[in-house]
This record gives sequence, C-alpha cells and structure tokens, in this order.
Amino acid sequence: MPANFYYGIEVFLNGMMAGVLYSLVALGFVLIFKASGIFNYAQGVMALFAAMTLVGFQNGQIPFSHLINTIFGTNIHHFGWHLPAILAIILTLMVMILFAYLVEKYVLKHLVNQEPIILFMATIGLAYFMEGFGDLMWGADIKKLDVGLPQGGNTWIEANTAFLGGDDFYGFYLDNLDMWATVFAGLLVVTLVLFSQYTKTGRALRAVADDHQAALSVGISLRAIWVIVWSIAGFVALVAGIMWGSKSGVQFSLSLIALKALPVLMLGGFTSIPGAIIGGLIIGVGEKMFEFLIGAPFLGGATENWFAYMLALVFLVFRPQGLFGDKIIERV
Amino acid sequence: MNAIDSYVTADGRTIGAAVMEMKNITLRFGGVTAIKDISFDIREGEVRAIIGPNGAGKSSMLNVINGFYHPQEGEVWFHGKKRLAMKPHQIAKQGIARTFQNIALFKGMSTLDNIMTGRLTHMKTGMMSQMMWWGGAQAEEVANREVVEKVIDFLEIQAIRKTPVGRLPYGFQKRVELGRALAAEPKLLLLDEPMAGMNVEEKEDMSRFILDVNDEFGTTIALIEHDMGVVMDIADRVVVMDYGKKIGDGTPDEVRNNQDVVDAYLGVAHD
Repeated sequence: MPANFYYGIEVFLNGMMAGVLYSLVALGFVLIFKASGIFNYAQGVMALFAAMTLVGFQNGQIPFSHLINTIFGTNIHHFGWHLPAILAIILTLMVMILFAYLVEKYVLKHLVNQEPIILFMATIGLAYFMEGFGDLMWGADIKKLDVGLPQGGNTWIEANTAFLGGDDFYGFYLDNLDMWATVFAGLLVVTLVLFSQYTKTGRALRAVADDHQAALSVGISLRAIWVIVWSIAGFVALVAGIMWGSKSGVQFSLSLIALKALPVLMLGGFTSIPGAIIGGLIIGVGEKMFEFLIGAPFLGGATENWFAYMLALVFLVFRPQGLFGDKIIERV
Repeated sequence: MNAIDSYVTADGRTIGAAVMEMKNITLRFGGVTAIKDISFDIREGEVRAIIGPNGAGKSSMLNVINGFYHPQEGEVWFHGKKRLAMKPHQIAKQGIARTFQNIALFKGMSTLDNIMTGRLTHMKTGMMSQMMWWGGAQAEEVANREVVEKVIDFLEIQAIRKTPVGRLPYGFQKRVELGRALAAEPKLLLLDEPMAGMNVEEKEDMSRFILDVNDEFGTTIALIEHDMGVVMDIADRVVVMDYGKKIGDGTPDEVRNNQDVVDAYLGVAHD
C-alpha cells in the first residue's frame, strides 16, 4: 500500500474527530429547537461565555474587575487562588443553569406564542448581550484554557503505526485532545439519549417537543421544561466550549463555531439528535477528505472554508428537511 | 358530600353532589363572545354531555374547565372551592384530564410512552435521582408502568404498545389519547368529541369504554359529542348550548322534548 493511502485514512480519522466537535455545537441547537421551536442563535456565544467563565473560575479572576476598578479607582484583578478544574466546571455549570433560568424568566416567558422570527431575533439580541456581558465580567483578552486534558499528537499511536506505510509514512498523527473530545461527546450523547428515553423528565421533554397543548393537559409545566432544556443546552455549550477553547484558546472567534453548526443542522435536520451527530461526522469527514483528495491537489486548497456550506446547499435542494428531520408534508 | 344530593341511577350507579360548578361564565375573544353567562354543574360519578351546533362554544367551555382559557366573568368551583386563575398544568395536577377534538398525541413516541406521560402527575422523584437511576426513581417507574399496563389491557391495545402513535390509524389514536387521560386516574375526565370521524363499530367500542370507565372506576366524565344517538344513550344529563348561550339542561329525555333545543337543531320557520 502506498503511503498516501494511509495518509487518507489519517485524514478520515481526523475528519471524524473534527466532526464530533461540530456535532457538539449542533446538538445544543437541536435540543432547544425541538423543545421550543426556537432557533437559538446564541448557542455559539453560550459556548464562549461558558469557556470564559470556566477560565475565570479556574484562575480566580474577580468578575467585573475592570468595571470595579474604573468606578472605585481600585486595582483588583485576581482573588489569588486557583480552583481545580473539576470544581470550576461544576461552578460554571451552575452559572449556566442560572442563565437558563434567567432567560426563561426575563425573555421566553414574555414571548410565548410569538412568531418564530421574533423568537429568533430575541436570541440574536441575547447573543450580543451575552457577548458584551461576558467581556465585562471576565475581560476581552484571549485566554488559555487548560482543564488538564492531554494535548498534542499521540506518540504511542504514531510510533506503533509507522511500520504500515513503508519509508514515506511516519505513523498516524492523531491529536490527544481530539480523541478525548470524541470520548466525551460520545458519553454526552449516550447520557442524553438514555435520559430522554428512560426518565420521566426525559419523557416530558419529548412530550413538549411533540405537542405543547397536550403536554400541558397531562400536567407538564412548559416553563419548567424550558429551564431544563436551556440548562442542558448550556451544559452542551460548556462541553463544546471546553473542547474548542482548549484547542484554540478562549476568544471571540469561539462563538463563530455556531456558524459551522448550521450546515450540520441542514444535513442532519433541525429536530433530530442522531441527525446532529451523523451530520457533524459527514461534514467533518467530507471537508477534510475533499481538501485532501480534490481541494489541495486541484483547487489550490482552503476548500474547508466553504465545502460544508456547499454541501448544505446541495442538501437543501434535494432534501430540505435534512437526513433525519421531520418530513415536511403540507395538506391541501 | 351532601347525602340528600346523591341519588342512584336506574343501572345502579351512585351519583353524588356537584364536583364542578360553573357559575355565570362569560368568555370573550376581543369583540366576540364565545360563552355568554352560562352556569351548570357536573355531579360526582355522572356522565355529563355538552351538545350544540357547530360554533356553539362547547370546546371553549371545556377549555375553560381545564384552564386553557380564563373567563372574563364568572367563577369555577371545583370540589366546593372557588378556583383561582391557574395554569393548565396545575389544573391537571388537581385531577382533571382531557382529550382533544383534533387528536393531540405525542406523535413521535410509542403508545406506551404516550400513556406513561399521563402518569407524570403521580411521579415525584427529583431530576438527580432520575438521572442516576437510583433511589425511588426506578421503583416509581415500575409502579407507574403497572398502572399503564392495566390501562392498555382495559382499552385492548396490547398489540400496538411499541408502535409510534403517528403511524396508528385514527380510531386507535383516539383510543391511545383516552388511555393517556385515563392513566392520570382523573377525578374529572373531559372528552372533546371522542367519537368524531369514527364509523359505527368504532363508536360502539368507544361508547363501551366510556361507560366502563364511568362504571368500574366511578370516574366523573364530561363530554362533547355531535352524535345525538350516542349522547342520549350514555349521558346522565345534558347541557345544550347555542351561540354561546345555554338553551337547555336536563336528562336526555327532558332535553329532547325542549322546544328551544329542537329549534336550534332543526331550525325555526320565520314567518
């Protein structure tokens, strides 16, 4: 076998793992869209905010320190302690749950039964509010996020696969962080599926996703469910924020991963959890393989920037509801 | 319960005092008055029918009872207490279950899961416990599952337990919806046109289930129905509505002989 064949496999595996990260973001969209019919534009910013908060807690940053310093002329910035990662993650999760509660209480509650476009606009407002609020709280500088996950290429895999391709091949290069991200994303999805299938709250979540009126009639509080859904979406955003933040630092561009989730949703369908996973994998593998096989040799490279959107466009033309989305049937 | 108020029907069921009293209910949507100053009661253990031509305000009345609509005027009394403005899910917790005119099932879920949602008001374990599947969560799930299995046996829908309800034929969907309401073991069961769009055989089955529910579990039932034959057969007392007003109230025989009711259904000659 030529070395290029093995490089192809390596590209494929890396594509899979990149796809898992896309899936993580898409998952947050699907959860909220299913339960409340809202396309939550703020999902990407939620990931950024979660990551910022996590770094802030870990480093013992004083929230709003810039604001306090400006008003009172003080010069405070850190508490002077470092929290262990796990404790900081739990605290951040609590912040995200509080956030979900506040969103329900001050935004969603007042917009019940409004047009989807109004709700969408509300989430755009929410996104910019959160972005500004996050900067105000933790500062706008680029932060390094390290929760103790191993980084860099896995040397063991590299060393033990080098013999495959002869002299030109140096073994599979797989990033440790990517592999851990895959493991965590897998666990997260399995947990979510088990939770929604086998618990009464999960059943209530699915019920609300199907029919609001019927859900009310069996005693489900829509508001309670919305808080739960936004909390879970906050948790998913936190996981995505940790993975992307560890990879490329915590900065504004982190919130743009939401844009990468859009083609995933068009492929997988806005209402399907498995769709979000498969869609993410197809996009991840698709864009890496396209770059490797066609983009780099023939098109001058950098096809990764647009390939996903092209694929989504093709899907929109031939299967507008996505691979797993609910069929769009209009009765006449 | 007031002993003087209760009586025994010809087929041996005991009808108790009023559980639900609607007092001078008026409901408006903007300039349209859907319900105009209507009062009536529902007694414990009875089958109470609400009938009337299309647009008479029957479904609106059911929506007032289960809290989807809040009347501008009038009071709702439940179990001898005036009910304050409540959310529908709180009213469901008080023991009022319902079905809908246009079936409102959770289409992506199986028959079993749909009926399980009817048990939600009876389940109390917290989120953490459910998530870890420890503590009471598992025992609770099993206990409630038993109730659901009884409902499934009762409605003779064992064969479709695992089928997603979106794929079921209309008659079965109606039955699953009744099952979901029954699983809540309601004190008051509201049925909005349980037999709409059914053929004769399906109607007979549904009538039998409704009567059996009332007879075996003593469930109080209020139902809206268009088929007069069915109503006359299964209802103890009937409220007749027309253009948002009450034009008749009494036993099927009384209502049948009420001139206003006959006029509303057959039309009056204008001369």
